[in-house]
Amino acid sequence: MQQSPTWKWLAILTAAVLLSGCNGPWNDPNPPTNPEQVTYFGSFITRPKHLDPVRSYSAEEAMFIDQIYDPPLQYHFLKRPYELEPATAATMPSLELLNEQLQPLPAGSKEAAFSRITIRLKPDTRYQPHPAFAKDDSGNPLYVFSTTDEGAPYKLLADFPVTGTRNLTADDYIYQIKRIADPVNKSPLLGLMSGYIVGMKAFGQWTKNNRQPGEWLDLRQQDMEGLEKIDDLTFAIRIKGIYPQFQYWLAMHFFAPVPWEADRFYHNPGFPEKNLTLDWNPIGTGPFMMTVNSPNREIVLERNPNYRKDFYPSEGSENDLERGYLADAGKPLPFIDKAVYRYEKAATSMWSKFVQGYYDRSGDGNSNINSATFDRAFTTGPDGLELTPELASRDIVVDEEVSPSLYYIGFNMVDPVVGGYSEEKRKLRQAISIVYNDQEYIDIFRNGIGQVAQGPIPPGLFGYTAGKEGLNPYIFDWDEIIQTARRKPIEYARKLLAEAGYPNGRHRETGKPLILYMDTTAGDSNPRSDWIKKQLAKINVQLEFRATDYTRFKEKMRQGNTQMFGWGWLADYPDPENFLFLLDSRQGLVKCQCDGSNSTNYDNPEYDRLYDRIKTLPNGPERLSAINRMLAIVQKDSPWIWGFNNKEYYLSNQWVYNTKRHGISQATLKYLRVDPDLRAQKQKAWNQPVIWPMFAGIGLLLMILIPGIKAYRQRQKLTIEDQEAVRE
Amino acid sequence: MDFSIGSDLFGYHVLWTILWTDILIFFLVGAITLFLISLRKNPENRQRWRQVFSTRLGMSTFVIIMAYIAIALVDSIHFRKALPAVEGQGSEQIFYSNTVNSLLDLALGEMGEQHERTYSAPFALKSWNKENLLLPGGERVRDYPVLKYGGQHLKNDEDKQRDIALNSLLGLGKGLALALLLISLHARWLKKRSKSSEPDLPWRAGWITFAIIMALLGWLITLGNLYHVLGTDQAGNDTLYESLKGIRTGVLIGTLATLITMPIAISLGIAAGYFKGWIDDVVQYIYTTLISIPGLLLIAASVLLFQVWINNNPDFFEVGLEKADAKFLALCFILGITSWTSLCRLLRAETLKISQLDYVQAAHAFGVSHFQIIRRHILPNLSHIIIISFVLDFSALVLAEAVLSYIGVGVDPAMASWGNMINMASTELSREPSIWWNLSGAFFLMFVLVLSVNLFSDLVNDAFDPKTQLEAA
Amino acid sequence: MFAYIIRRLCYAIPILIGVNLLTFILFFIVNTPEDMARAHLGDKYVTEQAIQEWIADKGYDQPLFYNPQVSGLEQLTSTIFFEKSIKLFAFDFGNSDEGRNIRSDVVDRMGPSLALALPTFIIGIWVNISVALMVLMFRGSRLDRFAVAVFVTMMSVSYLFYIVVGQFFIAKVSRLVPVSGYNEGIDGWRFLVLPIAIGVIAGIGAGARWYRTLFIEASGQDFARTARAKGVSEAGVLFRHVLPNAMLPILTGVVVVIPSLFMGSLIMESFFSIPGLGSYLLDAIQAQDFAIVRAMVFLGSVLYIIGLILTDISYTWADPRVRLN
Repeated sequence: MQQSPTWKWLAILTAAVLLSGCNGPWNDPNPPTNPEQVTYFGSFITRPKHLDPVRSYSAEEAMFIDQIYDPPLQYHFLKRPYELEPATAATMPSLELLNEQLQPLPAGSKEAAFSRITIRLKPDTRYQPHPAFAKDDSGNPLYVFSTTDEGAPYKLLADFPVTGTRNLTADDYIYQIKRIADPVNKSPLLGLMSGYIVGMKAFGQWTKNNRQPGEWLDLRQQDMEGLEKIDDLTFAIRIKGIYPQFQYWLAMHFFAPVPWEADRFYHNPGFPEKNLTLDWNPIGTGPFMMTVNSPNREIVLERNPNYRKDFYPSEGSENDLERGYLADAGKPLPFIDKAVYRYEKAATSMWSKFVQGYYDRSGDGNSNINSATFDRAFTTGPDGLELTPELASRDIVVDEEVSPSLYYIGFNMVDPVVGGYSEEKRKLRQAISIVYNDQEYIDIFRNGIGQVAQGPIPPGLFGYTAGKEGLNPYIFDWDEIIQTARRKPIEYARKLLAEAGYPNGRHRETGKPLILYMDTTAGDSNPRSDWIKKQLAKINVQLEFRATDYTRFKEKMRQGNTQMFGWGWLADYPDPENFLFLLDSRQGLVKCQCDGSNSTNYDNPEYDRLYDRIKTLPNGPERLSAINRMLAIVQKDSPWIWGFNNKEYYLSNQWVYNTKRHGISQATLKYLRVDPDLRAQKQKAWNQPVIWPMFAGIGLLLMILIPGIKAYRQRQKLTIEDQEAVRE
Repeated sequence: MDFSIGSDLFGYHVLWTILWTDILIFFLVGAITLFLISLRKNPENRQRWRQVFSTRLGMSTFVIIMAYIAIALVDSIHFRKALPAVEGQGSEQIFYSNTVNSLLDLALGEMGEQHERTYSAPFALKSWNKENLLLPGGERVRDYPVLKYGGQHLKNDEDKQRDIALNSLLGLGKGLALALLLISLHARWLKKRSKSSEPDLPWRAGWITFAIIMALLGWLITLGNLYHVLGTDQAGNDTLYESLKGIRTGVLIGTLATLITMPIAISLGIAAGYFKGWIDDVVQYIYTTLISIPGLLLIAASVLLFQVWINNNPDFFEVGLEKADAKFLALCFILGITSWTSLCRLLRAETLKISQLDYVQAAHAFGVSHFQIIRRHILPNLSHIIIISFVLDFSALVLAEAVLSYIGVGVDPAMASWGNMINMASTELSREPSIWWNLSGAFFLMFVLVLSVNLFSDLVNDAFDPKTQLEAA
Repeated sequence: MFAYIIRRLCYAIPILIGVNLLTFILFFIVNTPEDMARAHLGDKYVTEQAIQEWIADKGYDQPLFYNPQVSGLEQLTSTIFFEKSIKLFAFDFGNSDEGRNIRSDVVDRMGPSLALALPTFIIGIWVNISVALMVLMFRGSRLDRFAVAVFVTMMSVSYLFYIVVGQFFIAKVSRLVPVSGYNEGIDGWRFLVLPIAIGVIAGIGAGARWYRTLFIEASGQDFARTARAKGVSEAGVLFRHVLPNAMLPILTGVVVVIPSLFMGSLIMESFFSIPGLGSYLLDAIQAQDFAIVRAMVFLGSVLYIIGLILTDISYTWADPRVRLN
C-alpha cells in the first residue's frame, strides 16, 4: 500500500507522542520519586498557619504535626470506644488527690483541692536529627549565633550541614508546658489551662517581666509551681481540683515535648525573618519529620530515623479482622518512608486527582465527599450507600468516620423575640425546631450523610442514648411501626406558634408578621439560605439573613446582638463534658464577656449545678442519670435547633492499607501502608490520554488555514489595479 | 423606600417598593434618551446615527439591546404583595410580605415560584438525584422523586413529547402574533411619515429580530410555566427564571457604573485640559495615583469596606433585597470610581487640543465666559469620545461582574446574577454526570448581550471616530 | 536620558505616597486592629489579654497618623501609618498578619507567577500579531469580515467560561495535562501548558482585533500605498512597512504591562492552584490580611510606574526622532 507523506508524518508524530508517554502518564501531577522509598501521596486544602504545637489548634494543622510531635499518651488506633494508651509514657499516668496542705487523700475523695498527675517516660526515646542539637568537637552547640551575619548563609533548615540528636527527658515536657504559660506563644489553651495548672499565671507574669525585647528568654531559669521534675524520665503536674478529663489533653500536641535547644536555635538573630521558626519547622520525637515546608505547594514528611520502637496494635474492635485492619499486627511502625502532601485550592481538582489515582486517599484533612463529588462516589442501594460502579470496579476502600461533632442552629437566649424562658418563648423555639427539617437538610446538602441530633451529646460518647429512650419528645414522636423518630407534624408546630402568641405567623395583637433574623458569615451560598427560608415559611414565619464577615459576626455574638445563627462544635476529647459545657452559663458569651463557648447565652442554674457534678463523676449510672436530667432540661428549653451529628466517608485507593479513621486523633499516618508497585500499574492503566481531540483541533486549524493560503495566493496573482479596485 | 400610591394592581393589594437602583436606571434611560434627542438637532450627529442604523447588523443588535433594556426596566418596577388579613388584625392595617416582586415576575407567571427541592434537568419530570422516599406503607425506597411542578399538569408521562410540541407551537404562535401586530402598526406609522428624501433604513432586519425575540419569549413563558425549560439549580430554583432575572443585574452594572463615571471624568477632564495650571496638576496627580493601583485590588478593598458599613447599619434596610441593592449600587459606584481615569485622560488631552484652536482663542479674546466656551465649543467636540467610551465600557463591565463574583467581591448572592451562576457552574460541571444547564443559561444570555453590544459599539465607533471617518474619506 | 529617568523616579514618590495613603485609609476603616486580632487568633478559648498582646505585637497599638504622646518628629514617626507604610519604600514589607515574612514569600512566589505570565504574554502577543497580519492580507474580503466576527464573538465570552470549559475538557476528560498544581523546575511545564493556552486563546479576540485596527491605520498611510504601487507583495508590505510603523502604538500598550507581569494572574493562578503572587493576593484579600494587601498594592504601583518609564524609553528605541528630555 502506498502511503502519502502526510500519513508518514502523522505516524512519526504519533510514535513520538506514544514514546514520550512511556515515562508515565502525561497528567501525573506528582513530583518524581525515589523508587527505593515507599511514598504516600496526600493533599491539603487549607494551608496550615501554625505548626507550633503550643499554638496550633485546627485539624488541618494537626494532620501534619501530630505525626511529628509525640505527647505522653495516644489513642488506641483500632479500639472503640476510644481508649487512651501510653505513647512516650511508660505506663498510664498515676493520679493522686491532695488536700490544701498538699497531703495525699484517699482515692475517690470528693473534697480534693488538688490532683497530682505523675508521668513516667519510656527510656531511650530520641529526637529526629536536627541542627539545633548539632555540637562541635568541644560539645558546644554549633549553630548558636549572636549576630545576624553569622546565620546569613542559612535560608532553610536543609542548609545546615550538621545535625544531631539526643534523648527525650522529662525536662522537655516541662519546658513545653512553660511555653503554654508564656503569653508570647499565644497558646489557645492558655486561658483554660491557667484555670487548672497551678502556677501558670504567675509564670506568665514572670516571663513578661523578664523578657528583653528581641532576645530569647530561657524558660528553664524559673520553676513553675505546679510542675515537678522527679528524675530525668519522670515528672508531675499539679492541677486544681479534680479534672479527670485532663488525661485527654495529655494525648494532644499541646503537651508534646519541645527541647530548649530548639527554642534557642530558632531565636538566633535573623532567623524569624527567614521564617526559620518553631512555628514553621517542627522538631519532635514522632515517627515522621518535616523535610519540606512550602505550604503554597507541598509539605513533605519523611521517616524519622531515630523513632522509638513502636508496633502495630494486635487488638482491635468488632470487625477489624474482617476488614484487614489487623493484618499488620505486631509489625514495626511506620510503614512508609515519605509522605508528600500537595496543596490543592479547589475541592474538584483534588477529587479529579484522586480518581485518576494520583492521590492515595480522597482527602487527608477532610474526606472531600461534598455535594459536587458525592454522586461520583456513591449511589444508594437497598441497604444504604454503595460505591458507584465506576469506583467499585476500582476496589476503592470506604472508611466511615464518626467524629464527635455537632452542627446546630442557636437561638440567642437574651434576644427579646426568640430568647427567654417563659412558656411562650419555649413554644416559639420548639415550633421553629419542628419545622426546620434537619433530615431534609442532610438529604439535600450533605447527601444524606449525617444523623439528626436529639440533644447536645453526639453518638459514640458516654451519655448518648439511641432509639426511643434518647428521643427528644418536644420535636419528635416515636413511630412504633418503623421504629424511628418521626418529626411532629406542621399542624402541631402551627398550634405551638399560635400558643406562643403568633397565630399564623402574625403577632396576636398587632397582626404584624413575625420576621426573624439569621446571622451568617459572608459567603454563605444562596441555595442554603433559600432552603432555610422555606423551612420557616411552612408556618408563615419570615426570615431575613444578615450576612457579615467573620470578625463582625463574632463581635455580634459577643454583644448578644444576634437572633439565630448556625454554629458547630468539634470535640477536643471523647467525653460528654466537652459538649455539655457548651450550655454552661458561666461560658456564656455575654455573661462572661470573654470568648466563652456557650454561644446561645443559655442560663439555667439547675443545669449549671448538674454540670459541676458530671464534671468530676466517673462514668457510671450516677453520672448517666445526671446527664439525662441535663438533657431533659435543655430539650425542653430548646436553646438550639439540635441540628445533626457529622459522619464522613473517606475513600482510599486499593493500594492503601490500614485506613481506619480515628475520629479524634490524627496521629495515624504511622499505621498506613502503601503498595507503590500496584499504584504505578493502576495509574498507568487509568490515565491513557485521549489524544484524538487534539489532532482534531489541529486538523480543524489546518482546514481553515489551507483555503486561506490558497485564497492569498490567488489574490497575489491579481494585478495591483485589481487590488485597489477590490479595496474601494 | 416603600410607599403606596394607587396600591391596586390587578386586584392585589400591593406596596410599591422603589429601590435606589430602580430610580437610577429610569433616570439613566431617560437621560440617555434626552441626550440622543438633543443630538438629533445637530445634522452631523444625525447623519452619524443614520450610518449606524443603515446597516442590518446595527438594526438587529440595537433591537436586541433594546429588548434587554426593556426586560431590565420591567424588572425594575418592584412591589410587595399584601399578606392576607388574619383575625384580630385591624381592618385598616395591611401587612406586606417581605419578598419583593417585580412586574417581570408577573409577566413570567408562576415561573419564579415553582421551587423544586433540588437539581432537575431541563424538561425533566423527576428530580436529578435519588432520594430516600417514604412510601405510604412505611417502606423506605431510594428513587428519583417526582417534581412538584415541572410537567405535573400531564396526566400521563408518555404525553410529554406531544405536550411540549403542542405548547411550543402555542407559545411561538402567541409571541409571533403579538410581534406581527406591533410590526404592522410600526410599518403603517412609517408609511405615514415617509416623505423625507433620506434613504430608507433596513427596518426589515429590525422587524425580523423583533419577531424572533417575541416568539422566543412567548415560547419560554408558555413552556416555562409548565416545565423547567432550563432545569433547576441546587436549591430548586428555576434556572431560566434566574437567568432572566440576571438581565437586570447585567444591564444595570453596565450602565450605572458608567453613569457614575461620566460626571467625574467629564468635569475633571475638561477642567484639567481647559484651565491647565495647578488644576491640571491636581487632576493628573489624582488619576495617576488611581491608575497606579491595580484595579481589582482597589475594587476588592472598597467592596469589603462598604460591606462593613452595610452590616453596621442594618436598620436602613427593611428587606433583604434592599440590602443587596445597596451593595450592588456600591459595587457600581466603586467600578465607576476606578474606571473614570482613562476617559478623563482622553478628555483632558482632547480639551487641551481644542482649546488651542483659533476660534476658541478668539472667543477668549472677545471675553466670552469660561462656562459658555466650554458649553458651546468644547463639550460638543468631545461628545464622540463620550459616546464611544460609554458603549465600549458597557460590555467590559458586564464581563467584569463575573470575574468579581469569582473573587468574592461581586454581586450579593441574594441577587440573581450571571457571574454567580457561572461560578457555581465550575463545580457543577465536574459532577458526574455534569450539570450543564446552569452554566448554559447564564452563559447564553450574557453572551448574546455582550456580543450585541460589542457589534453595536463597533458600528458606533466607525461612525463617530474622526480617525475612521478620515480614513473612509 | 539618565537625568530624565531620575526625574521620573522623583515624580513617582508623591504618587506612591498617595497610593499608600489611600489603601491605608481604606483598610483601617474596614478593620479595627481588634477585629484583625480576633480573626487571627482563632475560635476557641481566646482571652482579651491575648488580643491585646497580638495588637501590641503587630504594632497596631499606636495612633494612626499623629501621636500626641511623644514629642518632636516622633509625633509623626511613631504612628501606624509611618511604621507600616513608609518602610515600604525600602521594600521592607514586614510580616503578614499570619506571621510569615512577606518579602521572602513574595520572592518565593515570583518565579511561578513569571513562569505563567511571561509565556502567556509573549506567546499571546506573537499569536495576536500574526493572526492580525494574516487577516489583514485579506482585507476587505469575506474572510476578513468572518475573522472580525470571530474576534468579536471570542471577546464576548466570559474569561471564566474559557477557564472552566478548558479545564474540564483538556484536563478532566482528555487527561492530557494535570488538572492543577505546580512543580518546581523543569517539570513545571506540564502544569503551565493549559493555563497558558487558555490565557492566549481567551486573549485572541480582543488582542487580534486591536492589532488589526492598528495595522489598518498604519497601512492606510502613504508609504504603504507607495510600496504596494511599486509591486511589493501584500505580505511584504505588511512585514516590512506596516509592522514597523505600527510599533509605536504597540509599544504604548504593551511595554507598560511588562513589569506588572511579576504580579501574576489573579484568576488563572487560583483556578489552577499555581503558587504565584496572584493567588497570594487573592488569598490575602479573602483572609483580609492587611499587611500583604498593602505590600502588594505598593509593589503593583511601583511596577506600573516602572512600566511607564520603560514605555518612554522604548519610544526612543523604536523611533529615533523621539527624544527624552
